[in-house]
Amino acid sequence: MSTTATDKTITTDIALRVENELPNLPQAAAIRKQALEALRTLGLPASKNEEYRYTPITRVLERNFNFTTPATPGTADATAFAIPGLEANVLVFVNGVYSAEQSRIVSPESELAIMPLAEAFTRKSAIVTEHFAKHVDYNTDAFAAWNTAAWKDGVFIEVPANKVVELPVVIYHIHDTQTAQAVSTNRNLFVVGRSGAVTVIEKLDTAGTGNGFSNHVTEAVVAENASLNLYMIQDDHGNRYHAGNTHIYQSNSSRVNTYTYTLEGKFVRNNLHLSLDGEGIESHMYGLYLLQNDTLADNHTVADHRKPNSFSNEIYKGVLDGKAKGVFNGKIYVRPQAQKTNAFQANRNILLTDNATINTKPQLEIWADDVKCSHGCTTGQLDEEALFYLQTRGIPKDTARAMMLYAFAGELLDAVKHPVIREFLDGRVSDRLHKNF
Amino acid sequence: MLTIKNLQARIGEKEILKGINLEVKPGEVHAIMGPNGSGKSTLASVLAGREEYEVTGGEVDFLGKDILEMSPEDRAREGIFLAFQYPVEIPGVSTINFMKTAVNQMRAYRGQPALDAVSFLGLMKEKMKLVEIDQSLLNRALNEGFSGGEKKRNEIFQMAMLEPKLAILDETDSGLDIDALKIVSNGVNKLRNKSNAVIVVTHYQRLLDYIVPDYVHVLYKGRIVKSGTKELALELEAKGYDWIKDEVATA
Repeated sequence: MSTTATDKTITTDIALRVENELPNLPQAAAIRKQALEALRTLGLPASKNEEYRYTPITRVLERNFNFTTPATPGTADATAFAIPGLEANVLVFVNGVYSAEQSRIVSPESELAIMPLAEAFTRKSAIVTEHFAKHVDYNTDAFAAWNTAAWKDGVFIEVPANKVVELPVVIYHIHDTQTAQAVSTNRNLFVVGRSGAVTVIEKLDTAGTGNGFSNHVTEAVVAENASLNLYMIQDDHGNRYHAGNTHIYQSNSSRVNTYTYTLEGKFVRNNLHLSLDGEGIESHMYGLYLLQNDTLADNHTVADHRKPNSFSNEIYKGVLDGKAKGVFNGKIYVRPQAQKTNAFQANRNILLTDNATINTKPQLEIWADDVKCSHGCTTGQLDEEALFYLQTRGIPKDTARAMMLYAFAGELLDAVKHPVIREFLDGRVSDRLHKNF
Repeated sequence: MLTIKNLQARIGEKEILKGINLEVKPGEVHAIMGPNGSGKSTLASVLAGREEYEVTGGEVDFLGKDILEMSPEDRAREGIFLAFQYPVEIPGVSTINFMKTAVNQMRAYRGQPALDAVSFLGLMKEKMKLVEIDQSLLNRALNEGFSGGEKKRNEIFQMAMLEPKLAILDETDSGLDIDALKIVSNGVNKLRNKSNAVIVVTHYQRLLDYIVPDYVHVLYKGRIVKSGTKELALELEAKGYDWIKDEVATA
């Protein structure tokens, strides 16, 4: 991953702001300093940067944000964004700041240790030191560097060995942009112990019509035979600009399902990196993006098979309306020793207008010789013949169209096993596709 | 019921229908035969409202209404049903859900309340028997991975569910083995009554042994060049189309 730096002042502005606001946390100070250096060296990605070729994030941030002013705290109420009927541990962050009064932990401590990441540096120092900033690489990605230097708040989760956390953890990241721009740099670390299991949902929302930029990093470590379901629901009605780095490190026989569903937003970049560093691993990456107007969503994913006999499967689907832009880049690495790997990838898109675009690129790098890998990309319009077929059965064209789009997205709703989350997503997807049958 | 007067249609720059005249009355079965490329499937598509075809002249009156300006769904709601030559596979949409939507759209158009789940399933079970179609097939995505025979049976099942006044069967027999042909024909025959009509578009006389037509029309170069009774189909089967072509050439 080579980064071509900008010589623009935006990097200088950001680095200066970060430096002036460095939180006082001695245990993290050394890494912050290194990361800040890395940010200055890397610079925000220039337009020629291959990893950001179709996603002019630096230009967009320059135009829409002022990084010389301090961040403004928000007061938004999370209730409006809550997933209805979901019994869960709830953590609310408004403009990146933890809101204790809106949060509640209901799972017993024996099942789940959950605390602000800064606090975990003291209370869980061994495990934090072992994993913090060891997975997301701040030396190659400017946004990871920025976050590593600047993070103030975030969630630490530890699931002890053999504990299955019954209730999911929901993290609401709300931008309150009613009076000013919002900028948040949240940092999470999730550690799932041997044979443990947990479901974590991160949900992004915006209160207000102003701009908000989030630069979030999540590192997750999934020990042997453990499982993690990680949801990222991006459902901003406002102007959410987002750069996310999620890196999941998996050991033998672990199971990970990720669900990255972008239902609305403005400019979203999701980096999702799975390191399959063990045998007998099963990983599923599900992605759905329903874009309209001039929204851009860019999903860059990596499945890095480091050991033999593991399985990864990725399916991302998009429906793009208006002038929306989609970007998909799926890397599969199969290292020399990772024989008997099964790795599959698919990216399917429907463009509803002539002005909607998708850039999709599978990138398979396979060094082992006894593997099964496949990838497939399709991009098309709604099948006119199928629409006509439905119409000849008395179904109006709008309804036929909605039925077909809903059916297209259906696979990714079926993949959601949690009934309440599924129902919520089903409702949102139906609304977005104007299902009225 | 259906009156077609001087119907002309083209796709792109190509004239395909060059003045079709046809009168179909309730209770009748009309067979439309003809060599490949004569315009048979185009006629079926134009009647159902397929947008690729541009109607350049003529009139189509169905039960007193000019249907040429109607959307495909409104034609369907007025009672026209097209059984496709190549039924479309639609992944992710189960036949049952699709049919429920279709049936209730039709009912809404007629001012009837939507069927509840129990009534719908009852209706479905009754109609499934007609075409000997299995419920497991209907639970699956519409036509996805269905065999040719299963697709055609599904077409007739849909026809049974929607109870059209005019059914147009576009080469429903092509590609069917004799057992499937009997099942499909049997289904169509059971659905016939005094107040509905069927147009059978076919290339082969064989189907007409099972769905016996009152009239047989030969379509050639976009016109109906000969009409007769079921004996005409037998003659075509025995002699082919060359004599018709000769007749047209010398006329």
